[in-house]
Amino acid sequence: MAGKVLMRGTHVLGEAAIRAGCRAYFGYPITPQNELPEYMAAAFAKMEGAVFLQAESELASINMVMGASIAGARVMTSSSSPGISLKQEGISYLAAMELPAVIVNMMRGGPGLGNIAPSQGDYFQATKGGGHGDYRVIVLAPAYGQEIADMTRAAFDMADKYRTPVMILGDGMMGQMMEPVVFPEPLDPASFPKKDFVLDGCQGRPSRIVRSLWLDTNLEEELNWRLVRKYEIITEEIPDEEIYLADDAEVIVVAYGTAARIAKGGVHRAREAGQKIGLFRPKTLWPFPYEPLKRLSRKIRHMVVFEMSTGQMVEDVRLAVEGRCDVSFYGRPGGVVATPEEIARVLSGVYRRLDHGRGAAAESGHTFRSVGSA
Amino acid sequence: MPFPYRTGFTQFLRGASKVKKVFTRPMSLKDTPFHYCPGCGHSIIHRLVAEVIDELGIREKTIGVPPAGCAVLAYNYFDVDMAEAPHGRAAAVATGIKRVLPDKLVFTYQGDGDIAAIGTAETIHAANRGERITAVFVNNAVYGMTGGQMAPTTITGQVTTTSPGGRVPLRDGYPLDLSEMLGIAAGSVYIERTSVTTPKGIMKTRKALKKAFMVQMEDKGFALVEILSPCPTNWKMSPAQAVRWVDEVMTKTFPLKVIKDVA
Ligand SMILES: Cc1ncc(C[n+]2csc(CCOP(=O)(O)OP(=O)(O)O)c2C)c(N)n1
Ligand code: SF4
Ligand SMILES: [Mg+2]
Repeated sequence: MAGKVLMRGTHVLGEAAIRAGCRAYFGYPITPQNELPEYMAAAFAKMEGAVFLQAESELASINMVMGASIAGARVMTSSSSPGISLKQEGISYLAAMELPAVIVNMMRGGPGLGNIAPSQGDYFQATKGGGHGDYRVIVLAPAYGQEIADMTRAAFDMADKYRTPVMILGDGMMGQMMEPVVFPEPLDPASFPKKDFVLDGCQGRPSRIVRSLWLDTNLEEELNWRLVRKYEIITEEIPDEEIYLADDAEVIVVAYGTAARIAKGGVHRAREAGQKIGLFRPKTLWPFPYEPLKRLSRKIRHMVVFEMSTGQMVEDVRLAVEGRCDVSFYGRPGGVVATPEEIARVLSGVYRRLDHGRGAAAESGHTFRSVGSA
Repeated sequence: MPFPYRTGFTQFLRGASKVKKVFTRPMSLKDTPFHYCPGCGHSIIHRLVAEVIDELGIREKTIGVPPAGCAVLAYNYFDVDMAEAPHGRAAAVATGIKRVLPDKLVFTYQGDGDIAAIGTAETIHAANRGERITAVFVNNAVYGMTGGQMAPTTITGQVTTTSPGGRVPLRDGYPLDLSEMLGIAAGSVYIERTSVTTPKGIMKTRKALKKAFMVQMEDKGFALVEILSPCPTNWKMSPAQAVRWVDEVMTKTFPLKVIKDVA
């Protein structure tokens, strides 16, 4: 598979995981991501020592991931929103035990069973905890096929480097879309440095324990602060974003993943109409790129946050902006996919009204509200 | 409790001229005093598991998976690699470890609440997959760790803190016979129910544990030993009363027997 190949997002993710040295996958079927476990099953069937197992539930699969990580493997699981809810127990434990693992969420409409259409309703769940306790999960948000390949490689590296679970947050549309991709060279798991927490039998060394129970409150507090120190390092090292056509922009649309691609289409259309509008696209959702967004907020007048949800990331945008410019929100939840024309209309509306008072009026039929202003 | 170990005892007689150690801490146990209540079955069962690991010479290739339950701190006692599982998920965690390291030996150590309530699904499916793991199922008919609530294995009429008038099956459910259920699963190879309330029961338990590990060493499938185990504290009995209650009452609902053996 040298050079450019045309592949759908789920398959790109699977191939990139294998090239990152992933040799264990546990999951439970759920639309719209089934092509990923199917890809892993087919590939691992041909690979000596690679483990594919379809578990009885997402609960079981995340705990199998825990076991495989404890045994030293680069391991992955994937699901979509309802299944990710079930995995939250295990994700909290992975964070507490400081175990590396990669978790893929191809989000669909919710809450509840919702539907199988692309959505971004799990931002809070992914970035603000999801499971119980004081912990964070690194959340990467690809928007393009090539980014799925690159971020999947990065996800495994980060999981090992920081000993923490990493989530790749996509959606059903991204999983289905066929795009040209160039893969990085495959890594050989045999060449990875030995992990010093692995349980593989205590031959020639003292026995080890992997645990998350600390009945001594001082020890639990110590764990909590150790995690915080790690999260501070991560927050310094990995925030990433795309800033597009922002130099002369007066209005910026903030969006991630599939929504950002749609928003970019909206920006192009608005630019054709001579409007100075740009895009800010967080590529890491946790840690959120607060600093670059903060800098941007000093020189523009209005930010429109577009999400395929009722408004979740918008809260982080407001935290970054701290009232330095207006922030409005435009959302299409429930699996509805907005068109670039629609976003262009919203952005142009905001742009035209810039000199006629703050905020923006509702566009008929959709939630479009001003959620904060200086 | 000094157990009448046959090998140790004959060794003692033979080596009468020299002072010989006939009872010592198994290598697979750390030099840490147990925190379990007086008369608790967990301490005996820990020792038996450790003895079997020693005897089979597998200490350096064994990974144990303790539960949430009174035995959660089992890693403070077993001197083998240990990974603490979330409540009920031991079979899934063990599956993950075993699949990645098929040459190692993996055992779970679980209470009745852990294995037969919250972890029923994980357990049944591990058994059905013929997962090459050994499950040590400690049945004390209550939730010990959380203070004596009703367990799936609480027997009909038994008083617990959440069945204060006694367990009523058509309200609270019948005592669940998980081991029999697991016996039906095609992937299970060896399932036996024993107790640790008599010297004979202890020896039988030891033998059963050894076999359950050997089934795994021979790569045959899923093996489980259910051990009826006194919990004097939550049964509100003296250790002696608790032992009698296992023998005279609990075994009526959970008879001691080999439930499945196709090894
Ligand atoms: C998800 C979750 N629910 C509940 C608990 C609380 N909890 C800890 S141990 C336990 C039951 C223990 O009973 P059992 O498995 O029979 O073990 P024993 O203490 O009797 O040996 C419960 C309910 C928990 N730790 N996690
Ligand atoms: S509460 Fe019961 S099971 Fe727990 S240590 Fe005490 S006697 Fe043993
Ligand atoms: Mg119990």
